[in-house]
Amino acid sequence: MKSPPSITRAMARGFTPFGGQRAAQLLPQTRLTGPMPWVIAIMVALTVIAAAGGLALSNLANGARSELSGGATVQILKALPAERDRQADAAENALAELPEVAGLRRVPDEELDALLEPWLGSGADAETVPIPALIDVRLRSQADAATLGTLRRALSGVAPDARVDAQSTWLRPVFSAIGSLQWLAIALVALLALTSAAAVWLAARSALGGNRDTIEIVHLLGGTDSQIARIFQRSVGFDATLGGIVGLALGLAAVLLLGRQFAELGSGLVDGGGLGWIDWALIAAIPFAGVAIAMLTARITVMSALRKML
Amino acid sequence: MTAAQGDIVTFDNVGLRYGTDKEVLSDISFTLYPGSFYFLTGASGAGKTSLLKLLYLAQRPSRGMIRMFGTDVITLPRARLPGFRRRLGVVFQDFRLVPHLSAFDNVALPLRVAGVREADLEKPVSDMLDWVGLSHRTDARPATLSGGEQQRVAIARAVIGRPDMLVADEPTGNVDPEMALKLLRLFEALNRLGTTVVVATHDVHLLRKVPDSLIMRLDKGRLSDPTGALRFPPRRTVLREDAL
Repeated sequence: MKSPPSITRAMARGFTPFGGQRAAQLLPQTRLTGPMPWVIAIMVALTVIAAAGGLALSNLANGARSELSGGATVQILKALPAERDRQADAAENALAELPEVAGLRRVPDEELDALLEPWLGSGADAETVPIPALIDVRLRSQADAATLGTLRRALSGVAPDARVDAQSTWLRPVFSAIGSLQWLAIALVALLALTSAAAVWLAARSALGGNRDTIEIVHLLGGTDSQIARIFQRSVGFDATLGGIVGLALGLAAVLLLGRQFAELGSGLVDGGGLGWIDWALIAAIPFAGVAIAMLTARITVMSALRKML
Repeated sequence: MTAAQGDIVTFDNVGLRYGTDKEVLSDISFTLYPGSFYFLTGASGAGKTSLLKLLYLAQRPSRGMIRMFGTDVITLPRARLPGFRRRLGVVFQDFRLVPHLSAFDNVALPLRVAGVREADLEKPVSDMLDWVGLSHRTDARPATLSGGEQQRVAIARAVIGRPDMLVADEPTGNVDPEMALKLLRLFEALNRLGTTVVVATHDVHLLRKVPDSLIMRLDKGRLSDPTGALRFPPRRTVLREDAL
């Protein structure tokens, strides 16, 4: 019997990591036929929509907050139109002289009528339904208690029926609701990430079970846990990448469609909810985060399962 | 020519039980020496496969001590076991080839696991398949190979890394007598290069085919040493590869 072919020890104790295409061959390729890429695609699409919603709400709240934080409204609560006009004029003059005031604008009666028309109708008589005069004041600083106090003191002599309010006070419940929606969006993103990880965990467990014989062989041939985990990571990574691309496309389509519909509303409040470059970059990073979560989950799952083997 | 030194494997009072069942192996003590050829015999259910599992590190014993290549493998951390496994070659009774890989890729698997570059494994794997007479079936999947061909692929995979010890579980159980003899000659050729060979078989006719072999007999989980060779092994010589 002739001798077996030689192979040197140096070769058999090589240093090339067992990975790449050759290692991936150990698992039967079921790409796109299995549920994994599609599950990840759905998760990524939902995450993109939730994240875009959360970011838009955040932008909307921040924009409105910065605009309103330096604003105050002066109402002249006097029923007699002549006296109301006199106090409004006096208040305008007094406010204009204050160094805290950056600018002011008296809201024209026509604008007030238009605002109240849905409730009072077009034929409302200003004398039978007295409407306060409104002055929109822009401040150089935040409308805090000290600044509002200064305004009140300045008006107390010339316009005794004036009432001064910070504009942000009126919208506090709205901001609170927006804040809750933001937290909801964050919770949704976290839940979706958790669900994705759970789906990958199930898929990895299933793949482990389905390939137990192959894994045992690699194990008994001297394969390390890391080598075997890398094979699964690679497979899951491919699936997650495919799913991530499809999910991102679906999610972006939905976000753009919703964005267009909100833009058509023409509401001043909604206008502030657009997405900036940083927001788009964050949304684009979602599939990458999905791939990272999927690969990490696969690694942890496989490593913990392998630890139960000798 | 070089004389064999030291021991490959030492079992000392080893016992093995699965779960809470009674021991399938009891009080097993022996030493395997480098370059020796051992037959492990015994009736079905005697514990041959269990003993082999301990030898190829697929199982830890319930009690006793096992030293392999001079190291106590019972207390060895799990992370260090792969290094020991790479020094072993295993031929499983049911071949355990990876079904969706070709014969070439199955044989190349131990080298890839060990980190051999693709460029460096092409020739050795082809030569190994040639050595077992399967150079014409390199691309064949296991399902398309006969029992004897699958067995030879399994043997090629076991010896491709030139192991220090080859463990074969009933390697001739699924082949005809002529093929059994051919496979035995493959093991002998490897043994002549210094690899310790342990072949589990219940085929007593096979024992006579390798005159220098030592016999370990298992009976109901206990080991007997009919020739005394396990306690007093004869000194053996090992041929260096370049002397062949």
